[in-house]
This record gives sequence, structure tokens and C-alpha cells, in this order.
Amino acid sequence: MNWLKRIIPGWELLPIAAFLGLWEALARLNLVPGQISMPPFSMVIEEFYHLIAGGMLVDNFLSSLVRVLIGFLTGSFAGIAMGIAMGWNDATNKALHPIFSLLYPIPALGWLPILMLWLGVGELLPITIIFICSFFPVLYNTITGIKGVPKDLVRAAEILGASKAEILTTVILPLALPNIFTGLRLEAGMAWRVIIAAEMVAIPTGIGALLMRAESLIRVDIIIVCLFVLSVMCLSFEKFFIFVERRLTGKWR
Amino acid sequence: MPKVELKKISNFICRDISLRVGSGELLVLLGPTGAGKTTLLNIICGLIPYQGSVLFDDKPVDSVPVAGRGIGYLFQDLALFPHLDVRRNIIYGLSARNWGRKEIQARLDEMRGLLNIGHLLERYPKDLSGGERQRVALARSLAPAPRVLLLDEPFNSLDVKTRKHLRLEFKRIVRSLGLTTIFVTHDFKEAEEVGDRLAVMESGRLEQVATSREIFFSPNGYKVADFLGSPNIFDCESYEALGNGLVRAHCGGFPIIMVWEKENLDKIAISPEDIYVSRHEPPGPPINRFKGTIVEETSHNSVVTITIKTEARDILAKMRKEDFVAENLRAGAHVFFILPLRNLKGA
Repeated sequence: MNWLKRIIPGWELLPIAAFLGLWEALARLNLVPGQISMPPFSMVIEEFYHLIAGGMLVDNFLSSLVRVLIGFLTGSFAGIAMGIAMGWNDATNKALHPIFSLLYPIPALGWLPILMLWLGVGELLPITIIFICSFFPVLYNTITGIKGVPKDLVRAAEILGASKAEILTTVILPLALPNIFTGLRLEAGMAWRVIIAAEMVAIPTGIGALLMRAESLIRVDIIIVCLFVLSVMCLSFEKFFIFVERRLTGKWR
Repeated sequence: MPKVELKKISNFICRDISLRVGSGELLVLLGPTGAGKTTLLNIICGLIPYQGSVLFDDKPVDSVPVAGRGIGYLFQDLALFPHLDVRRNIIYGLSARNWGRKEIQARLDEMRGLLNIGHLLERYPKDLSGGERQRVALARSLAPAPRVLLLDEPFNSLDVKTRKHLRLEFKRIVRSLGLTTIFVTHDFKEAEEVGDRLAVMESGRLEQVATSREIFFSPNGYKVADFLGSPNIFDCESYEALGNGLVRAHCGGFPIIMVWEKENLDKIAISPEDIYVSRHEPPGPPINRFKGTIVEETSHNSVVTITIKTEARDILAKMRKEDFVAENLRAGAHVFFILPLRNLKGA
């Protein structure tokens, strides 16, 4: 591949360009099998522009984004806080571990029917689903991170005169960060997948709801635009946490 | 610096241990893995519960919390904080004890000079060599000006050369600071080199406290002798100086030449693993070379212990199993053995 790199700068984009070219050609020549025709790439881009200009995509995207951010941030914060309490204190861990062990295996979307009955179909429903989806993985990753800090490091800090609070903030939490970030990174992408599913099933606004409307109107171009937005958001959230993690831990790992 | 005293210390590992370490003394706690050496250090620190009493300068410190005991502790794996650079590792204890900025800087400069680590301050532990990590960890332990220094096999992970160099440097630093120090090791040679006195531990009990020579030549019971590798000890009947630090001695019925520059030579000793055994007569002058017959062999892991019967007395030797097989040795075989000049210890 080195020779290709030398001849064509930015050669990594070639496979994407080839894929898009093939897509355009196959759609234009009507060679994609199936009863409903596949829109060419250029038409999807055109529709993307119309959806943005008309405000429909932006409105629905913002609805989803706000839900994801509130649910994800509160769920992660609660997961980290509870993870610290359980990882730091054995009694808390022993008391709460059995309950969380029972709840953790339930898929986030499994909560949907019962939450619909309890909360009704409003903004609180998707936010709660995202909260649950973010809480458990972050909780368990935080506990693992805290318990994984070598005992000698804690003892060293204690002998050097650090208080319990200082040990927690200056030794345990910084060393648990890689594990906490693993949880955050995985769940940041998962939050988007779950919100789309929740909106498709129960909520009238958001990217998921737009997807469902496009399906009923047989608008493959809009469906593709929505999937593209979803893909970019999953990737962006994951990359953001990789970036922050590297900034915080890259020097010493 | 305080003298440290342990009075009837017991817990789930240690049993009824009483020990005194003089002010500014460097005592080595010696014993095999699992003897309870690290546990005893943790007790002195106050990290684990115990019965009995720990006294600094005759005052009990049992109710004093870990941080208030004024202890510097060098862990076996050094326990440097991986997320902090060398500078922040060293000043961690000073910040935790609320030292002022100027005091911290002055102490950091002092440690930098004492341990020659000025060029490492911006690096993280992962970027340090084994020897550099030892220096930084020692600097971190010494920075808060402890009254007592505890070291738990700190040189274990290093190669032989670096280990020897650091041992000497460590001894120089501790001596210059006049710290009361307890140094844990399982290596008798290291203990001999570092310590003023040695305390031998085995199965949670203190078996013997004495100088290295006293322990080597007069081990208190079979456990200590076994830990030291059951050295061959010979009483000397006579000796004469040959000049250049050499003496010719008659010990245990063997005419022996060895390095000895002191006045009296009462006993000599040699570890079984230091004896060279061969089926064939070794080349060179017939000094410290003797003949015998193997009367017993026992094999454990990759080491064979053999008893060689000679006209004078029985000799215990140890050799690697592969060498034993390669030399075609077995019980009943006639062998030659050498007591190497430099490995003979006198008392």
C-alpha cells in the first residue's frame, strides 16, 4: 500500500469514493434487486439538503440529541457515583450488588412497556430508557476500575499522609479513569441506538420517529439520511470519549 | 531518630515477636517467602491489626494512625503512582501534609541532589528504567523526612549488577541521614552486605537476631541453618599467615588456603552451592582440592544435594541436576571437589 500512498495523497478515501460511485451507477441503471427502487447517492444528498433547509431533520435531530444528552449524562453520572460508592466501600457493594446483578441483564428496551405504563408517552420515557442503558455499564466499569487499583498504591498514599478523600480523588479515581471511559465510550454509541429504537416504537418526534414516517411513505432516501445521521452520531460520541480519555490518560499509560 | 521496639507482636501470621532496633541502626529482616516479613513491616506502619505493642523511643504508637507514625515505606513493587510524573510522585507526601510551596521546592531540590534524579522529574514511571524507579521511590519515601524507613525487598526486580550498585548507594544515603531502618530481604548475601544486624524470621516467628557472621556460623536451630542453605562449618585447629591477605589453615581436617586478614581464625564455612564437584581431577595447583565418595544424593526441583564422604569428614554440596547428570555422578561415585578461595567465610 506504500506505493499507492506515495502516488495518490488521501488514498484512504478511495474505497469510499468507489463505493459511492458504484451505488450511484447501480441505482441509476436500476440494477438493485427488489420491488422498491434504490435512490442514487446524489438523490439522497439532495434530500439531505432539503430536510436540513426545511428544518425537519434539524428539529428531529435536536429532539433526539437532547434526550440522549440528558439520559446519558444523568445515567453516567449516577453510574459513576454509585460505582465509586460500591467500589470504595465493601458494605455498600455487598448490599447493592445482588439487586443490580438482577437488573443489569434486562435489555434497556425491555423496560419500555412498563415505563410506558408508569411514565406515559412523553419526554421522560426515552430519557429514562437512555438513563437505564447508560447507568449499568458505567456502574460496573467504575466498580471494576476502582477495585483494580493496586492495594499498594492506596497504602503508599496512606503512609504518605493522604486522607481518605485525597486517596479517592488523587489516586483511585485517576487510575480508574481508563475503565470508566471504556464504559462511557461503549454506552455513548449504545445510547443512540437505543433512542432510535425507543422513538420508533413509542415517541412521535426524533430521528427514530422520522425513520418510521419515512418508512410508511416509502421514502428510502429519507431513511438513508436518518441512518447516516445515526451512524455519524454514534461514531462522533465514541470518538469524543476516545479523545477525552487520551487527553486525560495518554501521558501515563 | 527513634529506636523502634516491638513487644510481643502477634497477628494472623506473626507470633509473639519481640525486637529492638537501635536509633539510626540498619536492621535486616531476613527469611524465606511467607515468613511474615512484610506483615511485620505492615504492623510497624499500622496498616494491619495486631496484638502487642510497637514503641518509638519507648512510647507506644499503637493508637497513632499510619500517617502520623513518621514512616517512610519502600514497597516491593515500589508502588509509584503511574499517573503522576516523577516530580508529583516525590512531592505527593509533602502536599498531603500541607507543606508550603517554598518548603516543597526546597525539599524537592534536596532529594534531586541526594538521589541524582534531576533529569527524571518530568518523566512518568513507565518511562523509567528499573534503577531509576528505585531511586524515585526512595526519594518519595524520604521526602516527608520520615523518622523510620522500612524497605520491603526493594531491589528484587533488578539485575545483579544494578542491584549491587544500588545497595551500596542506598546504604550510603541511609547512613548519611542516620535513619532507623528495617530492610527486608530473602537473600542472605544481600542481608550480609546491607545490615548491621540481621533478624531471621521463619513461619511467623523470630528465630535469631545477631550479626551476619554469628548467624552464618552459629545458626540458632535447624530452621535457620536450613534457610541459610546448611553451610559446611569447620573448626580450625591452626593457621599461618602467608602474606597478601592469605592464610593456610587446618580446618575440619582439611588443609585450606583462604583470604583472611583478621587476627584469629576459629571457624570457616562454605555454602553447599559454592562447592565445585567433578568426576575428573580438576586442572590447576592442588590447592583446596580434595577427594571423596558420594554416599547420598537427594533431588529437589532442579537441584541435587549430595553428601561426599572424605577421610576427614562429610561434606554437603549442591549442584544443578543437569550438571549432576552430565558428570555421570551417582551414589558410590568417586569425585573430586574444590572449596573455592573466595567463597570460604572465616570467623
